[in-house]
Amino acid sequence: MERKPHVIGCDAGTTDGGPYALGAGKPSFPPSAVKRDLRFLLRGAKELGIPLLVGSCGTAGGDVHLEIVRNIVRELAREEGLSFKAGFIHSEQNKDYVREKLRAGRIKPLKPAPHFDEDTIGRSERIVGMMDESPYLRALEMGAEIVFAGRSSDTAMFCAIPEREGFPKGLSLHAAKILECGTASAVQRKQPDCMMATISDDHFIVTPMDPSLRVTAQSIASHSLYENSDPFLLREPAGTLDMRESRYEAIDDNNVRVSGSRFIPADTFTIKLEGVELAGYQSIIIASCRDPFIIRQLDDWLARLREKVAGRVLDVMSLGPDDYNLGIRVYGRNGTMGALEPVKEIEGHEVCLVFEVTARTQETATAIASLTRHQALHLPIPEWSGLITTLACPYSPAYLERGRVYRFNVNHVVEPDDPYEMFPIEIESIG
Amino acid sequence: MTKLADLASLIRSKNAGPFELTFDIMFREESTYRRVVKSGAVSRIFVSKTYGVPEDEIMLFNVDNALAIKISIPRPIFQGDIGDSDSHCGQQYAPLMEIEIPE
Repeated sequence: MERKPHVIGCDAGTTDGGPYALGAGKPSFPPSAVKRDLRFLLRGAKELGIPLLVGSCGTAGGDVHLEIVRNIVRELAREEGLSFKAGFIHSEQNKDYVREKLRAGRIKPLKPAPHFDEDTIGRSERIVGMMDESPYLRALEMGAEIVFAGRSSDTAMFCAIPEREGFPKGLSLHAAKILECGTASAVQRKQPDCMMATISDDHFIVTPMDPSLRVTAQSIASHSLYENSDPFLLREPAGTLDMRESRYEAIDDNNVRVSGSRFIPADTFTIKLEGVELAGYQSIIIASCRDPFIIRQLDDWLARLREKVAGRVLDVMSLGPDDYNLGIRVYGRNGTMGALEPVKEIEGHEVCLVFEVTARTQETATAIASLTRHQALHLPIPEWSGLITTLACPYSPAYLERGRVYRFNVNHVVEPDDPYEMFPIEIESIG
Repeated sequence: MTKLADLASLIRSKNAGPFELTFDIMFREESTYRRVVKSGAVSRIFVSKTYGVPEDEIMLFNVDNALAIKISIPRPIFQGDIGDSDSHCGQQYAPLMEIEIPE
């Protein structure tokens, strides 16, 4: 705060943890952690009288996520005796709006994209649009001092103010892209921590706030690789950040100067959609096997097991192969890479098996998991005569109910009439 | 011949959104980076064979100012979908460590 920034940005969301946060409506981090960080951010912003822009609230940015953060903000304002005008920007999309855009041919697939049609929209648990900085700037114009927004491009919170102040968009966006991961661009990140960028007309300088963290031209340049598929071109709603001509120069151990980044405006303004649907209910069983006779014939043994389970499920529950999915992961062989694992032989002395059943209800998933355990437990091999017990199960009950599981079902962009129509803004006096 | 794992300062894999998988191979010395790039051993053909992706769906970049080679491919199974074994795609790089680089 001693360095007197003109804005504090915070990227509070990600799809990194998978489809669960958006599907279940639950943030990936506990409210206590969000509250702890927000307290510092609010105090700092109020002390300096500068905007605080928080994007992708509650991890996934749906209405339910934004509401959770709104409640934390109200609580904090009471506790800290703060009062301010807050803008809340929604990003959850009305399904009728998405249908209308689809019918109008204004939803286009990115690569690779799952199939997306009106049924997909109907099945979706929740769909959000990923806003750029435009709704943030409008919320500030409407009088907000602090902005909490739904799903946002990683750069929106950081490039909004530099853009409003007229700095080149290529530099604002590139600086934003580096800031959104905090100290990830340092040579050796010790812990998640803050970074600062100082922008001017033809360059910006990035500085870690922990003086013991080193940045180098290479470490900052390398950051454009992280979690991006293309290290040179980054598509944003209004165009593309072009880093092909970017130059990186170390000023000293704590400061790197970046210049030459450009912005190429797009012909069409597009907003990326994120959506998830229910994949089913899941139950899993974790077990291990230590018998070298079983391990050396594992594929054959598992094939026989699948046959037994299919017969038993049909017999007992009248369910066929389309009614459920039985996945079997073999840790110690290819649990990590699946079919892509180049090492085909099992080299260890034991394997861990995870049996994973997905079905339309939790009861069905658990019932099939239990049948699978029982069939597997005593499935014979020719080397032994008499009843054998093939698996070590560490837990009682052996199954673990995973509840509802989700899948991402859209990787498309929509062409709105303007950057605002998908993102309604509310202004609320807090405290 | 030297294994890529013994030349790189970092080989990593990561999800790039829910639908793409990306690999970063980084070097400390410019000469090592140049040697690996020049060898052509880190190639679309290798990635195609190893990760079961058609060559025309593979992006491969030499990033000079970061001394890094970057490869991006569509995810074999979308993140979190039934059968996905590595949500963050963080442990998909091991086969790249074995690539042999000529002297």
